[in-house]
Amino acid sequence: MDSVLAGFIRALRTAGAEASTAEGLDAARAMALVGYADRASLKSALSVSLAKSEEEKSIHDRVFDQYFAPPALARREPQTGDADLSPGRTGDPAVDALLDLAQGQDPADGMPPASAAQAGDPLRLAMAEAAHAVNVDSIRFASQSAYFARRMLEQLGIAPLEARLLARLGEESPSAQAEARMLAVARDNLQHHARALIAQRFELFGRPATDAFLADVAVHRAIGRMSPYDMERMKQVVARLAKRLAARHAHRRRIQLRGQLDLRRTLRANAGHDGVPVTLAFKHRRREKPRIVAVCDVSGSVAAHVRFLLLFLYALQGTVTDLRTFAFSNRLKDVAGPLESLPFDDAMELILREVGNGSTDYGQAWQDLHDRHWQTIDRRTTVLVLGDARSNGADPRLDLFSALAARAKRVVWLCPESASRWGSGDSCLLQYRPFCTHLSHCATAVDVERAIDEALEAYD
Amino acid sequence: MNPVHVPGGLASIDAVTESLASVGYIATRQISTAVYLAHHLRKPVLIEGPAGVGKTDLAVSAAKALGFALLRLQCYEGLDDSKALYEWKYGKQLLYTQILKEKIGLLVDDADTLQTAFSKLASFQDLFFSREFLEPRPLLQAMEQPAGSVLLIDEVDKSEESFEALLLEVLSDYQVTIPEIGTIRAQVPPLVILTSNNTRELGDALKRRCLHLHIGFPDADLERRVLRARVPDIADTLLHQLVSFVQGLRAGNIRKPPSIAESVDWARTLLLLHAPALDVALVRDTLNVLLKRETDIAEVQNSLGPLTRQALAASVRAND
Repeated sequence: MDSVLAGFIRALRTAGAEASTAEGLDAARAMALVGYADRASLKSALSVSLAKSEEEKSIHDRVFDQYFAPPALARREPQTGDADLSPGRTGDPAVDALLDLAQGQDPADGMPPASAAQAGDPLRLAMAEAAHAVNVDSIRFASQSAYFARRMLEQLGIAPLEARLLARLGEESPSAQAEARMLAVARDNLQHHARALIAQRFELFGRPATDAFLADVAVHRAIGRMSPYDMERMKQVVARLAKRLAARHAHRRRIQLRGQLDLRRTLRANAGHDGVPVTLAFKHRRREKPRIVAVCDVSGSVAAHVRFLLLFLYALQGTVTDLRTFAFSNRLKDVAGPLESLPFDDAMELILREVGNGSTDYGQAWQDLHDRHWQTIDRRTTVLVLGDARSNGADPRLDLFSALAARAKRVVWLCPESASRWGSGDSCLLQYRPFCTHLSHCATAVDVERAIDEALEAYD
Repeated sequence: MNPVHVPGGLASIDAVTESLASVGYIATRQISTAVYLAHHLRKPVLIEGPAGVGKTDLAVSAAKALGFALLRLQCYEGLDDSKALYEWKYGKQLLYTQILKEKIGLLVDDADTLQTAFSKLASFQDLFFSREFLEPRPLLQAMEQPAGSVLLIDEVDKSEESFEALLLEVLSDYQVTIPEIGTIRAQVPPLVILTSNNTRELGDALKRRCLHLHIGFPDADLERRVLRARVPDIADTLLHQLVSFVQGLRAGNIRKPPSIAESVDWARTLLLLHAPALDVALVRDTLNVLLKRETDIAEVQNSLGPLTRQALAASVRAND
């Protein structure tokens, strides 16, 4: 496989579109058939063989346009005294070659690299070669660009030019000063071009890697201590995690009951065989779809966590779960309506405004759940409670909670507080604990994912 | 492998586009590239996209354009290998044993020992499990076409995961193994087209083995060309108005946007009604051709006026 295609596949993977080795080989064969000549054909051939979903298609198209763009050059701003600096001659051939390069004009933008090379654009070509030689594609952080720029200049052979520049700067004569100025401008030009090219490669290989790295850090950061910037980033991460969860739990829902013959279907299947049961049809049991009832405390201390849990659950909804959502601080309310009809952020705001202002009372919440929504909970339901169980001294109503636990399939409690603080002060968590199937501390996005994973596992 | 004759319609990407156009299928570059590569790389194409954008039609048109036989396998829950690969004609086997009973009796009669009778009988077994009694289903039929074929596996997302596993085996080697007979290998690998409406996520293994093509809603220019090919009698002005109306409709907040199949139906409807141009009353009366959901129709009732005016204005601009 040629290195251009290999680099492209690496850029694709960095950007988050998976491409396997086998697909890479397909792409190489497709490329051999289609050729480099026609950009549109090449693009669709690569897209057809490498990107295997709508999401991957859009990533592919973006990366293709970036990767197969002409090597970037800095836009030359007219500088004072630039006009009279026609490529001077210094007598040293190595330096002169560099001066010619630095003087190279921008060809028309948007020219594909192949034609730029054919047109004999030596500057782009030299820059691209230097970049390749110092492996600019391995860039990961923006702060590395100065280092790579320097390496590229060295690769281009900047040393004699700089030595000459240094020597001329030391001399007093006006001609030496003019030459020094010219050399300095040439060096700056080259440096700008190198920087521009590095910036382009960084967009391709560095930024997605940095983003992935930051996202990795963010999923392990405590939810309560996240900045709004992190929250925005987390939305995408949660969508990805949720997709993974959905894929894990969305397998087939039919289980064959071995040995139990479906007589009706067996007779029908063998009618053509004179009633001799050649093919047997067995009964199936449909695996039940996970049903989750989320009961969320939305008082101030827990609001950020609720946001996360709901973001997760609603990303899963439809594909794997039947979901009901209730929120409470003192009175419990069904909030599925706004969450399903409004954009997520608006819905959350509405919920926090309508429900989040009371003083927390868990006993009252169970009472409301019992009075108004008891029929939503049956032996197939997993009840997911998110809260710190700080009930401000009110009656925790353990009788109702134990009835709830007896009625539901499982009760999973997620607590944003760490285990050492359970039961301290007005927390009733230890009193609730005996009735919970599962109780866990839930501080980061990974914890939320794990808790939901466990809740869904009970249905597998 | 034998050198396979490449039909003229598959010589290049442009040739694919042209031959598809000759049977009335307007293909984008993506589509032609996929068909071209599918033939030359011997890989199945998986097509995804909303209903009614021409996924199934691509297979039908490709078969027509290339002069291949079309074999269609409609997937559904519970589809298994006896419906997809092959089945034994049990009834025929039974009938033949009944008819040949006496003949067999005669043959066995002169055997002295049970041993010889048994070995005589054993030699007949192959008779009843031979090609004579084999009922080939679409996958096997496609392998057996001597002159090449297009195999359409429609709505593969409706089948179960176990069927996907079966497909993997058939599609990677283009061969079917029948224990009683042996392995049947395709003389000419069929052009395989799978379609999916994405009702469930297909397995990664299947996706990775296929070329993947996503057909979305067409842009205005492509839609005009498709309509022109499918409804040749439609007047230019009406065509422009119709397309920009449908494009406007898709941009709105609609659960099930009209696809190209619905635009074609609407164009035919308008042609049948001899409508010279769009107007609000006409649109209101024929809206049920475009939109198939009660809630969608209710949703756009109020914006019909602006949408129609916009479409009229757009067509005037286009004609200038």
